[in-house]
Amino acid sequence: MLSKRLIVCLDVREGKLAKSIKFVDTKDIGDPVAKARQYYLDGADELVFYDINASRANRDITLKFVEAVAAQIFIPFSVGGGIRSIEDATKLRLAGAEKINVNSAAVKRKELISEISGAIGAQSTILSMDIKKTGRTKAIPSGYEIVINDGTVTTGLDAVEWAKTGEKLGAGELVVNSIDADGTKDGYELTLTRMIADSVGIPVIASGGAGKPEHLYDAFAVGHADAALVASIVHYGEYTCRQLKDYLHSRGIKVRLHY
Amino acid sequence: MLAIIDYGAGNIRSVQRACAETGIRSFITSNPADLKNAERIIFPGVGAAPATMQNLNRTGLGAAVKEAFAAGIPILGICLGAQVVLERSEEGDTTCLGIIPGTTVRFKFQDKSLKIPHIGWNTVKATQPHPLLEGLGKDDEFYFVHSYYPQPAMRENLFAVSDYGGEFCCAVGKNNYFAVQFHPEKSGRLGLEMLSRFAKWDDKLPAQSGNRGKQKC
Repeated sequence: MLSKRLIVCLDVREGKLAKSIKFVDTKDIGDPVAKARQYYLDGADELVFYDINASRANRDITLKFVEAVAAQIFIPFSVGGGIRSIEDATKLRLAGAEKINVNSAAVKRKELISEISGAIGAQSTILSMDIKKTGRTKAIPSGYEIVINDGTVTTGLDAVEWAKTGEKLGAGELVVNSIDADGTKDGYELTLTRMIADSVGIPVIASGGAGKPEHLYDAFAVGHADAALVASIVHYGEYTCRQLKDYLHSRGIKVRLHY
Repeated sequence: MLAIIDYGAGNIRSVQRACAETGIRSFITSNPADLKNAERIIFPGVGAAPATMQNLNRTGLGAAVKEAFAAGIPILGICLGAQVVLERSEEGDTTCLGIIPGTTVRFKFQDKSLKIPHIGWNTVKATQPHPLLEGLGKDDEFYFVHSYYPQPAMRENLFAVSDYGGEFCCAVGKNNYFAVQFHPEKSGRLGLEMLSRFAKWDDKLPAQSGNRGKQKC
């Protein structure tokens, strides 16, 4: 039986990235490569790096960063942020990223999903969705709408419909990121996560809101997620990956414990 | 040195990086002549069987792998390297290398909640001893990404199973050829340890007990 996955998200913005590249060999604690290595050793099942490719001018830095990560961690990791073309995706793949996240660019031009999926395979193509609760309307029957540009722009797309479209176009996994829950530490948006997980035939990653180990349990048991994404709950030392996984195991969730 | 075969499929460098992490020196090659002189060979791959076999046939790498096998060079197949080693693949009804009797088949489920491809961490259970599986613990997990898996015809060639909607074969072997459906290069410490064992493997298989090995799967 497949294990439920714990995915650690590292938000690597450009300024921090430039600094970390400079300090790549110094094992600075703020260095995302060193952090990635720490989570890898602590039992994260997968890592995701967001925003590192947000600007075209910084693409070479991004590729170097991905290569540096790939030399240090031996579990799958994905990257996301500003990926707009097959070329972006292919280069990141070759640099060592197992999977590529597309988000806003796919909303603006949905063919991007099928193009990237065709080039690197569905198993490596993740559609990330930022979602806001709107209440049910004719245009948004699920009551949840896709938003882009860090949640500042609404799109008129129904979240469940977009998830199904993404699957049809060749996405191999979906990230369900609740803008409402993000940063609250009150738990994942379980209704939304479950609605999408039950509507598609590809794995769903719950994102946004993790504050306690119980929230991860709920994402799997109630939200029907295949993986749970965590960030601040581990970044500030409240919990280790090991503690989160031990907790899930104690509640009967199958997780990878030997690493 | 250890040769990693590059036939234009998948991310070969991740295998090389994992080798480097465990202190194994390796080189990537697409030249069939290099395989003859290699101490060991890793035959990796992600992709589709038909395109892979076309590439292997066109470049002569397929024949070179067979020769290396016959010459007794230890070979580790990964993912596609565990599939095309059989006689045939259901994927595009492709004729494969035929080093190990059997067919590569696709997952077939009645239960629609089981998703294909099978992606993620799953438990691997040895069905008979093998030097590369030494020390494998009861709950040890490895990283999988695949829709097809090898189904050897003879039990003697089956070395490990995993469970996804039922047990399926995830490691096959014959003499100096051993291959896994999962990705040791992406499976953390346990995967790296498997690569280390491969680097030391002298291709001696444990003696088969009685006739058990000749049974059909």
